[in-house]
Amino acid sequence: MDVDILVDPTAPGATDFAGPPPSFDPHRLDAARDGAPAFVVELTQFSGPLDLLLTLIRDEQVDIYDIPIARIAEQFLRCIHQMALDQAADYLEMAARLLRIKAQMLLPRNELDEAWEDPRAELVRRLLEYQQMREVVDVLERLGEERRGRFARAYIPQQVAPPIAPLALSLAELLAATDRVLRVAREPAIHDVVARPLDVDGAIATVRAVLELRATARWRDVCPPSSQPWQVLSALLALLELARRGELRLAQLTPFASVLISRESASQAA
Amino acid sequence: MNPLARLLEAALFASARPIPLDELAALDPDASPAALQSALDELRVQYDTVGHGVELVDVGGGWQILTRAEYTEAIERAQLAARPHRLSSASLETLAIIAYRQPIGRAEIEEIRGVAVGSVLKSLLERGLIDVVGRAEGVGRPLLYGTTPIFLEQFALRHLEELPRGDELAIALRTAAPGTS
Repeated sequence: MDVDILVDPTAPGATDFAGPPPSFDPHRLDAARDGAPAFVVELTQFSGPLDLLLTLIRDEQVDIYDIPIARIAEQFLRCIHQMALDQAADYLEMAARLLRIKAQMLLPRNELDEAWEDPRAELVRRLLEYQQMREVVDVLERLGEERRGRFARAYIPQQVAPPIAPLALSLAELLAATDRVLRVAREPAIHDVVARPLDVDGAIATVRAVLELRATARWRDVCPPSSQPWQVLSALLALLELARRGELRLAQLTPFASVLISRESASQAA
Repeated sequence: MNPLARLLEAALFASARPIPLDELAALDPDASPAALQSALDELRVQYDTVGHGVELVDVGGGWQILTRAEYTEAIERAQLAARPHRLSSASLETLAIIAYRQPIGRAEIEEIRGVAVGSVLKSLLERGLIDVVGRAEGVGRPLLYGTTPIFLEQFALRHLEELPRGDELAIALRTAAPGTS
């Protein structure tokens, strides 16, 4: 099977490092362990933790039904050590699984215990399932490649639109049509936006009158609930204007609370 | 060539998608299924023996005229047509699982592949290779995915049964399989 791994062909039994890989990639890492065949893996090339695990098992030439879990787990951890953490979540989960299996294998057990189940069984099942799927991938890859190499007809259905009729028109008809258009266009239906005059000065007078009587007032005192929109706007602008001039102070304790208007002491002199 | 074969050739030439047998039959209501089949055979033999640059293939539940593989490079060099992009390894793995286990939910796919497949599923959906075929029972009623006729067409399959059966796979690994399923 064609796996995405750069296996050093000269590696078996070699203790010396086998020279530079065919292509340099900063992400590749040397996952060799002492005494084991040296090989160079490119982690970004693996399609997942199961892929990496299968590759390790194949390269170590161990029996998939009797995985030396401690050794494989250690290799696995070495491989994911240099991964960027954001891609590593799936690999870390697998690493945790391997370590758990390793711990379970260490527990003492009664050889006669019929109920004992090999903690590696589930992992083996998943690996076999994954391996089977990889074979399907090879088949699909081959089929897809064959099909890719042949072109089908590239007809794209056009949007069905009736052909444009040839223009048959006399000058008189053209002029008549122009006349109709002009007659319709003479009175264009344009909506006039009439500016509603605001009475800011009047509102200022109202606010001043209210503050003359009371040191503090509320929004409703200067703008009764029945006010028209223009009156509300006038009152608001008046308040802002007076606040700017320093004649009063505006406060709103909480959002949507009634606005408190208080007389600025300095304004009495003004 | 017999007139029915010529009619079929014209229809196949006009269509960008494989034409299913029943649609071909609708072209000539008088033609019997046997006549239709023999006309298709005649057309295919004609292409194969007389020496045409195209061939007649039976894919994705229909018939289609395709260029012969040996001309692909020249056609591509002349920029007359471009091959579709190759699917990534992650996409192929996901597609393989869906092809065999459909209808299947995302969680099961992730269980088999050992990685998250959200974005891969999205791109397969966008390419029209898979589709939502239902919802599972149970918590959250997850979406179930299946392959589409476009999948068959893009892998030149007549039907899903053309894929190798499960027991034909992983022979080397399977021989010593313990009772762990």
